[in-house]
Amino acid sequence: MQELSVRHLLGIKEITPQDIQLIFETADNFKDVLNRPIKKVPSLRDITIANVFFENSTRTRLSFELAEKRLSADVINFSSSGSSVKKGETLLDTVNNILAMKVDMIVMRHSSPGAPHFLSKHIPANIVNAGDGTHEHPTQALLDSFSIRERLGEVAGKKVVIIGDILHSRVALSNIFALQKQGAEVMVCGPMTLLPKYIQQLGVKVETNVRKALEWCDVANVLRIQLERQQMKYFPSLREYTLYYGIDKKLLDSLNKEIVLMHPGPINRGVELSSDAADSHHSIILNQVENGVAIRMAVLFLLAQKG
Amino acid sequence: MQKRLIVSHQLLEIMVMRLCHQLIENHGDFSDSVILGLQPRGKFVAQRIQSTLASILGKQVPTGLLDTTFHRDDFRRRDTPLTANATEIDFVVEDKKVILVDDVLYTGRSVRAALDAMIAYGRPANVELLVLVDRLYTRHLPIQPTYVGRKVNSLLSQRVLVEWKGQQAEEDAIWLITKTDE
Repeated sequence: MQELSVRHLLGIKEITPQDIQLIFETADNFKDVLNRPIKKVPSLRDITIANVFFENSTRTRLSFELAEKRLSADVINFSSSGSSVKKGETLLDTVNNILAMKVDMIVMRHSSPGAPHFLSKHIPANIVNAGDGTHEHPTQALLDSFSIRERLGEVAGKKVVIIGDILHSRVALSNIFALQKQGAEVMVCGPMTLLPKYIQQLGVKVETNVRKALEWCDVANVLRIQLERQQMKYFPSLREYTLYYGIDKKLLDSLNKEIVLMHPGPINRGVELSSDAADSHHSIILNQVENGVAIRMAVLFLLAQKG
Repeated sequence: MQKRLIVSHQLLEIMVMRLCHQLIENHGDFSDSVILGLQPRGKFVAQRIQSTLASILGKQVPTGLLDTTFHRDDFRRRDTPLTANATEIDFVVEDKKVILVDDVLYTGRSVRAALDAMIAYGRPANVELLVLVDRLYTRHLPIQPTYVGRKVNSLLSQRVLVEWKGQQAEEDAIWLITKTDE
């Protein structure tokens, strides 16, 4: 009988390779549940989960909410816009007020890195980090690896390049940790201004030429340019970024091998990915979204057992 | 720990053969019947029943595996964590006569969870339960087997273990295990 080594999913950095395997094996079973005529199981029927989102989200919040409902949990949703946060309430007070309503688990997204870590030291509920600033987004990295495993059989030994705005991306950091823990080789690729200064210390390869990166890899995970997080100009124009780092079908076809194309969404079509590339047979973008529900069900199920 | 043999491999073979003939008595050529083994340990019983039926009838009766983990009522109430197993059902349960198969019937809670889990695959015409061992006077729920290999009167502190050759055991056997203070 296996269980997770942690009570909270704060980041991939805090979990072990065995945890990742256990989550994947459990997600396999949930994926099976999701393909049944009745897509619901009663496992979490006595659990209440609060989705606390201090930052905008569509996919992640819908995915978590669906995962919770498929597990029969009671769900409450909170978003900071239109709430008392605007009246000056602190994070801890807000969450403690939610917990006073007998909530067992918190799924939180926050714009400050480390916010869920802070919270985990002060409250008894299990916490799932649904993205904290530019730090980590663990369930996204898990579903990315799960999708690679599904398409290519395994993650170990595969070469994965993460392309785009690495500097502002929590998806990139969580993916680097997750892929390395499973024995994959990781490369980051983007303009130097969008690569963190000491990124090599994480043991990743660095490349600024997108064609070379694509020729090296088995899987390319393409990220969005996060204009909302950029305080200054990191490159002259989006058109220039697309010219040098945009991926289209022509570029994919000119490679000497087949690669798998991923994107955590939302896609800016015509910027980092052209429509013909995003909709091509290389792409597993919609599989990622489908797998997201199964992965989140597995995470919630396994954490609920930790009490 | 004391380990007492209650069914030897010869006896187990006869028992499985008898259960199969009882099944044939009720299900004929199995044209509308399916077997569902309860994960994890009912899997081996279901496979044995399927292969024995195949040797008698000359046909493979559709057999699936049903995992009850997500439907259990002791989730978050037990000391050891639950680990999910695969559910493999590549047929429709709707309007079929279902034979649920497990090794030991104890409290009946797994069977209740199985009934719940099975409904996700359709509404069966009827459901029967086959177990190798029925532990008497231990039920928490009003659930009784249709086909029984052996009834065993045991203490709550005891455990019944069904071993299969090739599954970390040298011989098929059913044991009664008594914990002793050492």
